[in-house]
Amino acid sequence: MSKTFMGKTTSRRAFLRGAAAAGAGAITAGTAKAGTPDPLITEVQPWAAGLGDGVDATPYGLPIEFEDDVIRRNVEWLTADTISSINFTPIHALDGTITPQGCAFERHHSGAIELRKEDYRLMINGLVETPLIFTYADLERFPRENHVYFCECAANTGMEWAGAQLNGAQFTHGMIHNMEYTGVPLRTLLEEAGYDPAGKWVYVEGADASSNGRSIPMEKALDDVLVAFKANGEALRKEHGYPVRLVVPGWEGNMWVKWIRRIEVMDGPVESREETSKYTDTLADGISRKWTWVMDAKSVVTSPSPQSPITHGKGPLVITGLAWSGRGAITRVDVSKDGGKSWETARLAKPGEKMALTRFYLDTTWDGEEMLLQSRAMDETGYVQPTKAQLREVRGENSIYHNNCIQTWWVRPTGEAENVEVS
Amino acid sequence: MSKFLKAAICLALTAGPAWADKYGLGRPALPEEIAAWDKDIRPDGTGLPAGSGDVWTGEEVFADKCAVCHGDFAEGVGNWPKLAGGEGTLADKDPLKTVGSYWPYLSTTWDYVNRSMPFGDAQSLSPDEVYAIVAYILYSNDLVDDDFVLSDETFSDVEMPNADGFIIDDRIATEHSKWVGEPCMEGCKDDVQVTMRAMVLDVTPEEEGDAPEAAAEPAEAVEEVVEVSLDPALVAAGEKVFKKCKSCHQVGEGAKNRAGPILNGIVGQAAGAVEGFKYSKALRAKADEGLIWDEENLRAFLAKPKTFIKGTKMSFAGLRKDEDLEAIAAYLSSFGE
Repeated sequence: MSKTFMGKTTSRRAFLRGAAAAGAGAITAGTAKAGTPDPLITEVQPWAAGLGDGVDATPYGLPIEFEDDVIRRNVEWLTADTISSINFTPIHALDGTITPQGCAFERHHSGAIELRKEDYRLMINGLVETPLIFTYADLERFPRENHVYFCECAANTGMEWAGAQLNGAQFTHGMIHNMEYTGVPLRTLLEEAGYDPAGKWVYVEGADASSNGRSIPMEKALDDVLVAFKANGEALRKEHGYPVRLVVPGWEGNMWVKWIRRIEVMDGPVESREETSKYTDTLADGISRKWTWVMDAKSVVTSPSPQSPITHGKGPLVITGLAWSGRGAITRVDVSKDGGKSWETARLAKPGEKMALTRFYLDTTWDGEEMLLQSRAMDETGYVQPTKAQLREVRGENSIYHNNCIQTWWVRPTGEAENVEVS
Repeated sequence: MSKFLKAAICLALTAGPAWADKYGLGRPALPEEIAAWDKDIRPDGTGLPAGSGDVWTGEEVFADKCAVCHGDFAEGVGNWPKLAGGEGTLADKDPLKTVGSYWPYLSTTWDYVNRSMPFGDAQSLSPDEVYAIVAYILYSNDLVDDDFVLSDETFSDVEMPNADGFIIDDRIATEHSKWVGEPCMEGCKDDVQVTMRAMVLDVTPEEEGDAPEAAAEPAEAVEEVVEVSLDPALVAAGEKVFKKCKSCHQVGEGAKNRAGPILNGIVGQAAGAVEGFKYSKALRAKADEGLIWDEENLRAFLAKPKTFIKGTKMSFAGLRKDEDLEAIAAYLSSFGE
């Protein structure tokens, strides 16, 4: 199946195609200036005369074919092999805050394994009264909770440290998804095993070959970590850890261990590969920060953006985007059209929720002039999302992870947009 | 490994929290089950099984199981991780982070190799093989001598160069304290200039179907008629022996230089003649002397590479059996240029 998106050298052509389609179709017809009757209205269309699909045409539905460009995408040069790689959520084409599982980004270290519920086992061992084994069915018998949380890879925006690189919100900010999880608090399971208060850490690992082991402080484990088995109301997808994954609200995605099979209560961290050689942030002087778990407040305009240009000309324009913080709720988002000289406060679709995506809108009128679009998030701690210059001043350019800088899209009078850096 | 016993004793002495409201779900884990899954190794070496491995054994195991991705010298192939080198580069523009230059704890290497490697065949290595591989990785990073034997006993003797290169997350102090408060809304900058554009760099994936034509097919390989008729059974045997070479060398249609040069037409070819391959100084010297890879020289080289060309970068111990040498020569002879 051929997939299309706007980016790079093709954006101009794709953009023109989009603009032409708009000009000939609904947009013009929808305006008061339309001089000739719209055949979509005056002529009987096939869909208004014939019949559509029966109810069982798609027992589990996929998006309609006209939306088949709204898909996860990979940047091949980033990694050696798709088995140990990442792809990106098409955030430029989504609205609201919930990410459909089918297009939510994937990150695997040894590929997405197939593990049946019947074959699933969860072990709790280490500093506990009784080391325990749970089956999937056991987990369903504990009291469970529902929570919406974002999951952001620590490397989201990581390719942008040294400069504007990837041309699209999907690629610059798409290592994120936001789902409603159903699961059992980890605290409940730790209490069931009788954890020893001397255990200051838990080590969590997956059933896949990578194991992706991570050490989590007990304080967090007892606070809000979930052992989740449903997302957005249905079973987790294979690529997100079916049948059971860990949900570590507000903390980097690598800790959200998929296919979780073992939780060990320990008196110290393991210092595994994923928490030493990776997911540590090297500063300009060569010293690296470790245990940088929390994802700081961040936002991005998802439309207009390079993959979602303005095709309607001047007049009413909806500028929209997403904001989130691992330290709590988003309280405010400001938008700049002039590269940060002046700011307007955007409308939050709903009040911000802790460690969940917040949708913002700036309902505005476009004068057809170029814009340098930016968004700036604030969270309940009073933290203001920094500029790239501010971040670089503290971190240098080799940090890879935790780039939460303000993003700039250069929107041209044609409506096209490009990822740029500004002074 | 499990601290359960210790925990139980500890609890008995200190009377931990009372677990009144348990659900009684799950079942106790058996010691065999815990042993099967609890394999993590702590920075102080806790969890290491008894065993040992030396650098030279490690080189062989590494060549066999790791070099295809990580290179013969742990230098990495293509985009696969480099495990050696990079010392002193952490403050550079493009730091090279390897086991030697970056990893703070040796336990991490042992744990990861043991638990997750080789890629696609995890948990297939014996403890001695893991010790040997880790010893070789240390040797590749110049952290141990070639007579080093890594074991659960010598583990704590190894010093990792970047052990002190980490600090605990200090963002609250260094960033949050600066970036709080009411932000500027008007007149925040005098002037704004575009300083960098993604479309200039041009690395965003292409729309499918618009990708540039795939590189032109390589010119049709001209299969030279090999004059000497080869014994098909011997060629087939040689193909099996060639598995030992495959992690570095390619042969046949579409072959490319990898860690070692393409071997098409190697039999009878002048040494050091493959275009685009960076040979060792030692091999280039031999080539200048006029070395030809006739069957005799090839067999002598493959029997004892480091004796035949002292200083060759081909890290291969050599083929011991005459029949293997004969077979590999026949197999390589079956490929023209």
